Amino acid sequence: MKKPEFVYVTYIATTPERLWEALTRGEFTRKYWYDRRIESDWRIGSPVRFYDGANNDLTDSGVVLESDPPRRLAYTFQNEFDPQARQAGASRVTFTLEPFEGMVKLTLVHDELPSEQMAVEFREGWAPILSSLKTFLESGQPLPQLRHLEEQGRPRREEGR
Amino acid sequence: MTCKYFLAYNTPVDAVFKALADPTRRTLLDRLYEKNGQTLNELCADLGMTRQAVSQHLALLEAANLTVTVWHGREKLHYLNPAPLFEIYARWLGKYEQRRLEALNELKRALEKKNDDR
Repeated sequence: MKKPEFVYVTYIATTPERLWEALTRGEFTRKYWYDRRIESDWRIGSPVRFYDGANNDLTDSGVVLESDPPRRLAYTFQNEFDPQARQAGASRVTFTLEPFEGMVKLTLVHDELPSEQMAVEFREGWAPILSSLKTFLESGQPLPQLRHLEEQGRPRREEGR
Repeated sequence: MTCKYFLAYNTPVDAVFKALADPTRRTLLDRLYEKNGQTLNELCADLGMTRQAVSQHLALLEAANLTVTVWHGREKLHYLNPAPLFEIYARWLGKYEQRRLEALNELKRALEKKNDDR
């Protein structure tokens, strides 16, 4: 077993049920994840797909590894957009949701990354997405910066991939 | 997470600034940025400090949520957690970035309008 390469913990003033919905439903992921629409029936072994909300292009795909609402969600994550990243192969994303002092402690572990380069990219990519998720759940609005990029059409970089 | 420090300050932000106000703790964060997921022993190397002192610094960083620990077999690994720093960035510095983007957008619109007028 390789050690995890990236661990991210944030505390969100919401309920585990609402956070679960925000992670698993496309109409919500579009709000905080650079307009990405996630799609899956969230059964173990089922496909997970990410689409660009604007043009419905497939951007990333994966397979559900764990699904225990509203506690634990894991899926593989494979780029479908950038030929080089696609060739590198799939990694694994695991979300753990725990009630904590009236909030939810969200832990994201991203591991089994195919290369050191991807580890660096993911490390930089997740912070704005998860921060925007927190802002979205706590205020109903995503981070202004991300909203702005969304309005401009495309993110400057392909983040969270 | 040990809540002792977390609750000792009014807000989590206070705990973050308190944790960052020490050069050793900033060095520890730099080392984790260089190599994420290190044991206490690895982090102690060349710090010229007792293991116990380093352990106390790590406890404060963890209480501020700046680091996270994960058990990997029998090893306790320390990870840099970017969440609190990013939230500080988003709250104070992100606003400047937004203004800059807006200014660029204004400029773009103004220039395009000029082109249309011709």
